[in-house]
Amino acid sequence: MNTITPPEYLPEKPSAQGRHFRAEKFDFWSFCFSGLTGLATLFILGILAVILLNILINGWRGLSWHFISTIPKKDFFDVNTTGVLPMIVGTTIRVFVMTIFVLPVGVITAIYLTEYAPNTSIVTRVIRAAVNNLAGVPSIVFGLFGLGFFINFVGKNLDTLFHNPGAVWGQPALIWAALTLAVMTLPVVIVATEESLKAIPPGLREASLALGATKLETILKVVLPQALPGIMTGGILAVSRAAGEVAPILFTGVAYYMASLPTHLTDQFMDLGYQIFVLSTQSPNIDQTRPILYATVLVLLILTFALNIVAIFIRARVRKKLRALG
Amino acid sequence: MENHFETGLDTLKQKLLTMASHAENAVNQSVQALVQRDLDLAMRVKEDDRVIDQFEVEIDDLVIQLLTKAPLATNLRLVTVAMKISQNLERIGDEATKIAKRARDLAQEPPIKATLDLPRMAGLALDMLKASLDAFVNRDSAAARAIIPRDKEVDALNKQIHNVLVQHMVENPDTIARCLHWMVASKSLERIADHATNIAEDVVYLWEAQDIRHTGAKNPVVPA
Amino acid sequence: MAETIMPKVNLPEAKMNSSASGVPLIEIEQLSLFYGASKALKDISLNLDEKIVTAFIGPSGCGKSTLLRCLNRMNDLIDNVRIEGSVKIGGHDIYDAAVDVIELRKRVGMVFQKSNPFPKSIYENVAYGLRLHGKQNKTELGGLIEQSLRGAALWDEVKDRLHSSALGLSGGQQQRLCIARAIAIKPEIILMDEPASALDPIATARVEELILELKKDYTIVIVTHNMQQAARISDQTAFFYLGELVEFGATGKIFTNPAKKQTEDYVTGRFG
Repeated sequence: MNTITPPEYLPEKPSAQGRHFRAEKFDFWSFCFSGLTGLATLFILGILAVILLNILINGWRGLSWHFISTIPKKDFFDVNTTGVLPMIVGTTIRVFVMTIFVLPVGVITAIYLTEYAPNTSIVTRVIRAAVNNLAGVPSIVFGLFGLGFFINFVGKNLDTLFHNPGAVWGQPALIWAALTLAVMTLPVVIVATEESLKAIPPGLREASLALGATKLETILKVVLPQALPGIMTGGILAVSRAAGEVAPILFTGVAYYMASLPTHLTDQFMDLGYQIFVLSTQSPNIDQTRPILYATVLVLLILTFALNIVAIFIRARVRKKLRALG
Repeated sequence: MENHFETGLDTLKQKLLTMASHAENAVNQSVQALVQRDLDLAMRVKEDDRVIDQFEVEIDDLVIQLLTKAPLATNLRLVTVAMKISQNLERIGDEATKIAKRARDLAQEPPIKATLDLPRMAGLALDMLKASLDAFVNRDSAAARAIIPRDKEVDALNKQIHNVLVQHMVENPDTIARCLHWMVASKSLERIADHATNIAEDVVYLWEAQDIRHTGAKNPVVPA
Repeated sequence: MAETIMPKVNLPEAKMNSSASGVPLIEIEQLSLFYGASKALKDISLNLDEKIVTAFIGPSGCGKSTLLRCLNRMNDLIDNVRIEGSVKIGGHDIYDAAVDVIELRKRVGMVFQKSNPFPKSIYENVAYGLRLHGKQNKTELGGLIEQSLRGAALWDEVKDRLHSSALGLSGGQQQRLCIARAIAIKPEIILMDEPASALDPIATARVEELILELKKDYTIVIVTHNMQQAARISDQTAFFYLGELVEFGATGKIFTNPAKKQTEDYVTGRFG
C-alpha cells in the first residue's frame, strides 16, 4: 500500500495489439488534383520551352562576335554590317544607373515604413496606398511622366540654372530614362525590402536596444545586414523588369540611331528592346531582317539572364557570409 | 477539476488520523490490561503495535512522494509536520506496548496493595492526545497552545506515583520487582503525555508558522 | 512614445556601499502604467536592494514583465504607453526628461525569455555592446570579451570557436551568451525576463547557478512563473496580481508562510 493507486472506475485502455494499419486507400480526387497541378506545371514549362527554343533556334545563326561588338551604320537592316554593341551598352548602363537610384530610395522608404512609421497613422496608410498604386501604373504612363516631369520640368530648370545656351538637361537623356525606370520599379524594391525587414524577429532589435543602441544604430548594425539578401532580391526583381521595358524609355532617352556609344548622363542611348520594336516594324525587307531580329532578341534574353546571374551570385555570397559568421 | 495534490494531502491527513486512533486505542487498552490484569488484552496490544509501525512507514513514504511535488507555504508545513506527528504517534504506540508488557508481567504475579492513580494519569494523557489531534483537524492553534501547560500536571502525577511506589518498596521489599513494573508503566504514561505535547507544538507550527519548541516559557497565550 | 534625442545627462554613479544589501538601489514609487486607457500597473511601490536577486512572480498577465521593462524603459518602444509615478535608480528618477536612455540601458541590462543572439559570431555578439559604448581597441576588446564569457560560464565551451556563428550554439549556451553580452558592458543591474523558461532542466540549472554567482557583483531582478525557481535562487520575492503588488518580502517567508491569503493561494497552486 505504498503508492497511491488510481481509482477503479477508470475505463480500461484499448490494447494496441491486434490492430494493423491498412494500406492507404486510393483517393480519386487527390489523384485528380495532383494530376492537374502536374499538367499545369508542364503547360507552363512547355510554353517557356517553346518560346525559348524558337528564339534560340532562329537567333543562333545571327549571333557572332562581330554582331555583338560592332556599332552598326545608320542602316542597321544590313545583315553584314549590323551590330548591337550600342544597344547592349545602352541597356546595361540605364539599368545600372537606375539601380543606383532605386535601391537607396526604396530601402530608405521601406525602413521608414517598417521601423519608424506608427502603424495607425494616416500618413503611413497614405504612403502605403501610394506605393501600391504606383505598382499598378502602366509603363507608358511612366514614360509620359518622365517626359513631362524629368525632362520638361527638372531638365529645363536645370538648364536655366546653369545658363546653358541650348538644351543640355532639358531633353531626352540617359539620366532621365534611368530615373523614370527607378520610379517604376520603386514599389518592387520597397515591398521586397519591407518583407525582408519584417522577417527579422523583433527580438533582435530589442536585444540591440537593451544594450544601449539607438534605433538608427540598431537598424544599421543589426537589421540591415540581416535584410541584405532580401534587399538584393528586390534589386534583382527591379533589374529583371527594367531591362526589358521599352515604354518608359521611349520619350525619355532612347534614340533611333546613335553613331557612338553614350558617354555622359546627358547622352541619349540605343536599347535592345527598342531595337527589337524598330526591327519588327520599320524594316524594308522583313525576310532579310528576321535573322537580325531573332539575334537581337536572343542577345536581350542572354543579357537579362546574365544580369540576373551576377546579382544572384552576389546575393548568394552575402547569404553565405551571413550564415557563417558576423 | 480535482486538485490531485490536495487529494494526496487529504489521504495523508486520513492516514494520520487513523494512526492516531490506533495509538489512542493502544494506550487505553494497555492501561486497561494493566489495571484489570488482563493477559489477553496485553498480548493484543503488543500485536497491534505492528499496525501502528506500518502506518509510520506508509505515512513517511507518502510524505516523500508529496515532497517531490515541491509543496509550498501551508502545504509544505503540513507535509513536514505530518511526518513528525507520525513519529510521535509511533513512539506513543511503543510506550503503550511497554505498558502492555508490564501488564503481562504483573498479571502473572499477585497484585500489590498500593493505590496508584494511573487511570487518572492515563485519562489526562489521552485527553491531551485527543485535543492535539482535534487542534490539527480544526486548525485551532490556540487550543494546541492550551495543551502544553497540561504536561506539568501529568509530570506531577508521575512524581506522586513514583513517591508512593518508593515508599511501598521501602516498607515491603518483597514487592520491589512488581513496584518497578508499575514505575515503568507510569513513566511510559508520562512519556506519552510528552509526545502529545510535542504533537501540540507541531500543530502550533503548522497553523501559525511559529516554532514554540524549547522556548522554556510554554506560553498558552497566542501572541498579538 | 518615440525615442527623443536628448542631450546626454549622465546619471551620477549610484552611491553604493558595495557590501551592504539593505541599501535600496531601485526605488519604485506609486508607479502606474497605462496602455491607452487601460491601467496595466496600479500604483506599485517597491524598493529593491542591491546585489541580491529579487523575483517577480504572479499569474500570466499580472504585470510582472511590464514592470520589469519599466526599469530600463523598454516600454518606451511601445506606442501609446503612459507612465505615472517614479522609478529611481541610485536616487535619480529614470523617467526624468533629462535622462539619456542610452546611458540608462548601459547601466541596466536585460536578458530575454527567448534567447536572441545576433546572427553574427560569438565574438561579435559580445563585442557589440562594447563597441556601442566606445571600446575599439582589439586587445582591450579581446580581454573584455573573455572576461564576460568567463563570467557567464561559457568561456571553456566556446574559446576555440569564438568566430563561429552564435546560432550554432545550443539553447542553453545561447542564453548564456546573451548573459555574457549583457554583462560585457558592466551594468549595475541585470533584468531577466523568464530567462530559463525555454531551456531544458540541465541548461536551466546551469543558468540558475550562474545567477547565484552573478549576484555577487550585480543586482538582479528576475521574472519567473516557476515558483520553485524563485524559491531556489531569489533572496526577495514580489507577488503580483492583476497589475497590483500583493506581497513583497524575503523569499523564505513568502514560500513558507506568506502573509496574504492571495499569495498563499497562488503559491499552493489554488489558482493561476
